[in-house]
Amino acid sequence: MIKAILIFNNHGKPRLSKFYEHYSEDTEQQIIRETFHLVSKRDENVCNFLEGGILIGGSDNKLIYRHYATLYFVFCVDSSESELGILDLIQVFVETLDKCFENVCELDLIFHVDKVHNILGEMVMGGMVLETNMNEIITQVDSQNKMEKSETFIFQSPRQDR
Amino acid sequence: MPAVSKGDGMRGLAVFISDIRNCKSKEAEIKRINKELANIRSKFKGDKALDGYSKKKYVCKLLFIFLLGHDIDFGHMEAVNLLSSNKYTEKQIGYLFISVLVNSNSELIRLINNAIKNDLSSRNPTFMCLALHCIANVGSREMAEAFAGEIPRILVAGDTMDSVKQSAALCLLRLYKTCPDLVLMGEWTSRVVHLLNDQHMGVVTAAISLITCLSQKNPDEFKTCVSLAVSRLSRIVSSASTDLQDYTYYFVPAPWLSCKLLRLLQCYPPPEDGAVKGRLVECLETILNKAQEPPKSKKVQHSNAKNAILFEAIALIIHYDSEPNLLVRACNQLGQFLQHRETNLRYLALESMCTLASSEFSHEAVKTHIETVINALKTERDVSVRQRAADLLYAMCDRSNAKQIVAEMLSYLETADYSIREEMVLKVAILAEKYAVDYSWYVDTILNLIRIAGDYVSEEVWYRVIQIVINRDDVQGYAAKTVFEALQAPACHENMVKVGGYILGEFGNLIAGDPRSSPLVQFNLLHSKFHLCSVPTRALLLSAYIKFINLFPETKSTIQEVLRCDSQIRNSDVELQQRAVEYLKLSSIASTDVLATVLEEMPPFPERESSILAKLKKKKGPGAVSVELEDGKREGGELNGGGERGDTPAMSASNASTPSPSADLLGLRPAPAVGSAPPSVGSLLVDVFSEGPAAASAGVNDDGFLSGRDLEQPPETSDALLAEGPGDSDSAPPPAASEEPAPPLPEAEDLLNKFVCKNNGVLFENQLLQIGIKSEYRQNLGRMYLFYGNKTSVQFVSFSTAVSCPGELPTQLNLQTKTVEPLIEGGAQVQQVVNIECLTDFIDAPLLNIKFRYGGALQNITLKLPVTINKFFQPTEMVSQEFFQRWKQLSQPQQEAQKIFKSGHGIDTEVVKAKLLGLGTALLENVDPNPENFVCAGVIQTKGQQVGCLLRLEPNAQAQMYRLTLRSSKDTVSKRICDLLSEQF
Repeated sequence: MIKAILIFNNHGKPRLSKFYEHYSEDTEQQIIRETFHLVSKRDENVCNFLEGGILIGGSDNKLIYRHYATLYFVFCVDSSESELGILDLIQVFVETLDKCFENVCELDLIFHVDKVHNILGEMVMGGMVLETNMNEIITQVDSQNKMEKSETFIFQSPRQDR
Repeated sequence: MPAVSKGDGMRGLAVFISDIRNCKSKEAEIKRINKELANIRSKFKGDKALDGYSKKKYVCKLLFIFLLGHDIDFGHMEAVNLLSSNKYTEKQIGYLFISVLVNSNSELIRLINNAIKNDLSSRNPTFMCLALHCIANVGSREMAEAFAGEIPRILVAGDTMDSVKQSAALCLLRLYKTCPDLVLMGEWTSRVVHLLNDQHMGVVTAAISLITCLSQKNPDEFKTCVSLAVSRLSRIVSSASTDLQDYTYYFVPAPWLSCKLLRLLQCYPPPEDGAVKGRLVECLETILNKAQEPPKSKKVQHSNAKNAILFEAIALIIHYDSEPNLLVRACNQLGQFLQHRETNLRYLALESMCTLASSEFSHEAVKTHIETVINALKTERDVSVRQRAADLLYAMCDRSNAKQIVAEMLSYLETADYSIREEMVLKVAILAEKYAVDYSWYVDTILNLIRIAGDYVSEEVWYRVIQIVINRDDVQGYAAKTVFEALQAPACHENMVKVGGYILGEFGNLIAGDPRSSPLVQFNLLHSKFHLCSVPTRALLLSAYIKFINLFPETKSTIQEVLRCDSQIRNSDVELQQRAVEYLKLSSIASTDVLATVLEEMPPFPERESSILAKLKKKKGPGAVSVELEDGKREGGELNGGGERGDTPAMSASNASTPSPSADLLGLRPAPAVGSAPPSVGSLLVDVFSEGPAAASAGVNDDGFLSGRDLEQPPETSDALLAEGPGDSDSAPPPAASEEPAPPLPEAEDLLNKFVCKNNGVLFENQLLQIGIKSEYRQNLGRMYLFYGNKTSVQFVSFSTAVSCPGELPTQLNLQTKTVEPLIEGGAQVQQVVNIECLTDFIDAPLLNIKFRYGGALQNITLKLPVTINKFFQPTEMVSQEFFQRWKQLSQPQQEAQKIFKSGHGIDTEVVKAKLLGLGTALLENVDPNPENFVCAGVIQTKGQQVGCLLRLEPNAQAQMYRLTLRSSKDTVSKRICDLLSEQF
């Protein structure tokens, strides 16, 4: 099962964190820092797998990650998952984000955290993979957007709000 | 069109995020956040009712703040309100908030559950999915109670939309994981299994995770999934890359699903149905073939997906461990990957090979890659990969390559990454011990280890080398010489000083004849290190000095001088001071005889599980234990297959108990609290001398004089050691239940006979219980693992087991066990270790009584524990002439036992050979003039004596008869082995 999905940038700023096991908020933040520390010190062109940090369960868990431009996508998984399969899953996730946001970049993740969560929710649920077919995922996201659009104009309030 | 259009978001949120991003310092950011939190709080608390949009905006801001790592302790109520909205956008944000900030506030859970209930019954697929997601994310017990009944219905209902089915499957899985007791599959089982046939691949993808988990827990109920999974897999594997449309990923059809199907199959043994099995083997072959085809795309994603399936297929082949052909192909494939340019593939190949190495079919094939693996250890840039290479070397190590592998690992240690050094050290120490043929090599290896990576050599490692040197007198002289030489180095590690101090203190006399290592030279060498060492090491050295006084009376005055000097006798450390005072006194007033008794050589340590192995397991966690067990399996395989007799001091145990190092390592109790035992005795005497000097210091009473009474019984040492041996308090049999143990089952004798020539297997099985056995023997010691498996889904209570020795067996065999947990959950397995020591030869087998309650009824079973005298055989190789010479020597009538009997299963030379090897003897070729005959030789090792045994088995193929003749120096042994073996053919 997937224990956690973390996205952070090259400086370790978290851009998305999703834990499928319960940790205290404090521990979650520590896990993010620990994971960043482990992943960021690795060279490019080394392998995409490493043993998980102590906080998330040590060597029983693996961190499987990809580094895209300014962002690290890290999946922390237990031994029941195929390493290469998860790498593919990360790729599907990123390709899906790219389609949804049209050339996704870090800023999209910052300003649309809720959308990113939604897209992820169409792929992974409770730590297990729900769907791997990108077109299917996008169809779901699209239909949600349509519903949102149909509601948006009702709420779009013209006043300046903060 | 992009699915998410930028710019239609909430302006206030965007502004807030920009503000945060523009903050120049952490302080500014916190300030801005606190301001916002105050703002939101006041908005939420304010009188004015907020509209949905504002609530959504504020909740989004809270989410963002939470992501930055700040605690959010309010807003939950507003989020719950959003759930009840019938606007999708609001509902969705509400659910998101709840999912991200899980809160077990029960008040709130009830409200959330209410909203979920409404959405589940709304028949709006989007709302249903949101609700299911929320349940899966929170997954609390309250939620399980509320929805565990409802979700299976949604999952299998004919009119449920595919996307909802997918969510329902994973939601159910989550609830099952949190509260298995609440999710009752019963009536749904078959329909859930048939989801594997669903037309929608997404549904299959989600359902397979559920089915895999359920199968692991209830394999029998779900076993129909095997044939369905095979046919699904076969359809995917044989489909063209375009058949599956969107589920084709970079020209590979449904890679994720294929992997998951292969994983599911790994929950089961190979299919029994020939057709299903044939189809599966075909699939596996196709997958292996495809790996050799030219890639359909140059993209890394293509090869990734293809190889993901390949690795899972290989994992399944290894799991089955029954198709030698496939195993060898798998091994060759992995061999290719070992040199692949993709680091990921090299990593995975090393990892898979580790498991392959434990299969008896492929162990040899794996070994052919040794050079590549060693090269990987030396040249890989990536520490993760190097670590896997080290793991694989460890796994592929056996007697034939141990020296090479240990040497490579040692040389790698000099440059190894700090993060893996300690583990490497442990592994080297274990391999060196396990495969030590000559113990001088072992001593060299460990001393090298200390020299190269002294800082990483844990206490366990140097304790162990001392234990082994003490227990093997053939290596003591060599050890003394080597350690003396090692100490010559100008800078040597403190661990080296400890080993040196201990060994020279015990065995310095063995090298004292050489003027270059005369007693005084030895002493001066040790003492030159003294001032650089820590307090515990100095304490150890002081004890070594007093031992020197005993070994070499000529050093007495020099050493007394040292003890007497202020830096010792007035040392500010109370332990050192006390030792100096007491040793000085002891050496000056005790007679030579008394000294010799008090400072006697240490008695051998009781053999027990290598503490190093326990340490490795502790370090690596449960994962490593399984490696060790597999390791054990392989060893066991060798034993059964007739390889070398297990000379494995480091027996693998999986229930490694690791009490404090001193207790475990040395087998010594803390110093007996007699007389004026110093207060610090517990902490400082954790050195290897704890028993010796403590006994000595116990002799010093408050006045500082030795009382005669104490000295009359000084050999506390050996007494205490024996007391720790078999039969001490913690090995008492479990408290007897009120019911008398049942008499042995009628078939107990037959079951016993099944194990005469093998060490592992299933001892007993009925509808409730399965008892498996793994055992290892070495010389007169053995260790047996009993695995009690509950085959039912109901727990066994009041489970207890008792091992007993009937008749005169207690004087012949020493057995030690620990009690097992009184509860075995349905489907679970517990294990028990029995340590066995053979005191003298024996005939009867120990009894094992098992009692438990199943559904209220008491089950009471007594079996014979398959411990037979032949387990303590050491094979002996000899040539023809020698054999017959000895044969003649054992010519007295009572030394021989003979039986003529009819063959039970026909005469098959290979089977006979395997059995004779399994018996534990060496099968001697070219000894008997008649090549049809089998002759064997071995020595039975008991504590008291060794009994040489010669065996001759003459088959008569025509008459289907055998004549078996045994000759040994002891009549009872000849007879017993003759009886045992004649039942085997």
